[in-house]
Amino acid sequence: MELIELRDICKTYRLGDIDVPVLKGVSLQIARREMVALMGASGSGKSTLMNILGCLDRPTSGQYWLDGREVSRLSADERAQLRNQTFGFVFQNFNLLPRTSALDNVAMPLAYMAGHLSERQARRQAREVLERLGLGDRLDHHPSQLSGGQQQRVAIARALVNHPPLIFADEPTGNLDSRTSGEVLQLFQELNREDHITIIIVTHDAMVARSARRTVCIHDGLLQDGAQCVPSETGAEAVARPAGPASLAAEMGGSG
Amino acid sequence: MRVYRTARTAMTALGRNPMRALLTTLGIVIGVGAVIAMMEIGTGSSAAIQKSIATMGANVLLVVPGTAASGGVSFGAGSVTTLTPQDGEAILRESPAVRNVAPIVRARTQVVYGNRNWVPQQMIGTTPAFLDIRDWTNLAEGEAFTERDVLNANKVCLIGRTLARELFQGESPIGREIRVKNVSFRVVGVLGAKGANMMGSDQDDILLAPWTTLKYRVTGSTLGSPNQSAAATTGSTVNTLNRLYPSEAPQIYPKPSEAQAANTPLMVRFTNIDQLLAAANSPEEIPAAIRQMTEILRERHRIRDGQPDDFTIRDMTEMTNTLTSTTRLMTNLLLCVAMISLVVGGVGIMNIMLVSVTERTREIGLRMAVGARARDILRQFLVEAVVLCLVGGAAGILLGHGGSRLVELFLRWPVATSLPAIAAAVLVSASVGIIFGFYPAWKASRMDPIDALRYE
Repeated sequence: MELIELRDICKTYRLGDIDVPVLKGVSLQIARREMVALMGASGSGKSTLMNILGCLDRPTSGQYWLDGREVSRLSADERAQLRNQTFGFVFQNFNLLPRTSALDNVAMPLAYMAGHLSERQARRQAREVLERLGLGDRLDHHPSQLSGGQQQRVAIARALVNHPPLIFADEPTGNLDSRTSGEVLQLFQELNREDHITIIIVTHDAMVARSARRTVCIHDGLLQDGAQCVPSETGAEAVARPAGPASLAAEMGGSG
Repeated sequence: MRVYRTARTAMTALGRNPMRALLTTLGIVIGVGAVIAMMEIGTGSSAAIQKSIATMGANVLLVVPGTAASGGVSFGAGSVTTLTPQDGEAILRESPAVRNVAPIVRARTQVVYGNRNWVPQQMIGTTPAFLDIRDWTNLAEGEAFTERDVLNANKVCLIGRTLARELFQGESPIGREIRVKNVSFRVVGVLGAKGANMMGSDQDDILLAPWTTLKYRVTGSTLGSPNQSAAATTGSTVNTLNRLYPSEAPQIYPKPSEAQAANTPLMVRFTNIDQLLAAANSPEEIPAAIRQMTEILRERHRIRDGQPDDFTIRDMTEMTNTLTSTTRLMTNLLLCVAMISLVVGGVGIMNIMLVSVTERTREIGLRMAVGARARDILRQFLVEAVVLCLVGGAAGILLGHGGSRLVELFLRWPVATSLPAIAAAVLVSASVGIIFGFYPAWKASRMDPIDALRYE
């Protein structure tokens, strides 16, 4: 069975009186142990799709089967639990808690686990993950004392601490220079290869997408199956933002 | 476990911005500190006021014998003689709400010293317990008579300031002999000044003597004629002035013959006293004291159920009411001030918590993304507010307590540590935290994780 199966997912935002469709019937299957890059130009709806995949948002219509379970109609609390136990999130801007040690940052998701770990167990688990990612000597450093690459590795450690089968990375290299980008991508590949974690990377960078085994392109709310994605260079979106209601709505839903 | 972790998370979050946490709590610190200081100073002054009202006799109970009635004509309270000194001893022994009891024998007659004389408003025979009950133990001069004086019916007395002034005109009365109905009393002490009572009569115009002395040596009957010279002439001595100035009261009724008297014997106890004066432990215990005293006296006087009491117990209701209303007014006033300052502190907390929620939008989004439920977020921010308030409350208690100690030290105001106030301060600061922390926490928990994560 596929790990993720989307059937005809639609998402429509309401902006005042007008309905703005962002996703217009997306169907997608992602198998276990896959590493998928989700590409698309700004405003194409890739962030909205990402939010729905990550159970941060619910589709207007359509079905989302996760590991054989329909999750698109779960309540907010059930989705929170799902996010806690099944997903790890890595963000473009790291989203680490300021003035908090790396160890505490990584241990943070464990506080929300249903089966509670003791404080000591949580810290040990966090330390193990950090040591694995080569940050064993940075446990007590605050985010401001870490380099960008180190911060992103702390964020990845935080995503890994619950041992999730699935990691979502939203532009994980967007704030990193090319060398650290390479390191982070290599880390993802390693996790995918050795720990068999399914990884979904959202990006607009073709170079990043190339590190994935499979690339899924989204354009104007629809998947372009098999077709070669429109190559978009880094930074191009800032210059040429597609206008129109769809892109506007996508901005509302996410950074696009 | 869960509570501990939540509290720890809250402490860590607050620790990330200690300056702001400090400023936030400042409102609560000052509020609670002011409340505690005011409560302590207030309780102190209130206790002082209570004490000074108590010296007017607020917790004093007076037992007077009941009324005699003959053929439908009653003679008013105190017209039968049913109280004995033993009643007083029994009350003191058996009633836990009563602090002290003194028997009272009254007389009204002339006091003579040298070429001066005076009729004091009150001439009271009693025991040393009287001074304790009336809170009159500080003497201006000399010392009080003792229980031994009472037992021996020694001819000693204490005099009030007014009487001392009238008889001695400035010279020290200690050790002088004054005459009451031709019985000479040695003055052993002068009472401290007490001034007028609530009714305006001078309380210092008084002579206190052992009740045995007054009863057995001065008055056979309770109320003699105030005219001492007349009383002295009622003897068998021949005095031609007797016919001009008859000193005996005219006899309305014919005197009973000896046979008649023998047929209708009067129920005379060996000794009786005019009144009993008792002090309750505190004004609050007055009702209990009255109940216990009634029970004891009914039993001792062998009054059956359903029969009326042969005595009356009076309390100083007017004074007690004044006392309680004064205290209540003061407490309420302090409470109002307390409430205002705590509400102000609470609004400060809410303000800063709202700012904090806005500032930490991204953190909230992140926590939600990694699996925090709405109620986890609500709890986190609520606990933060409560922790702030409790820490502020604790600091406020210390500040207030220290402040009131300083006031006591430098201004010499009476101060009393008030445990209920401290308990209330803790309780109130926790509830202020919950009440004013709830809205920001609720706002935080209602955030959309997507918007929160993208918040700049």
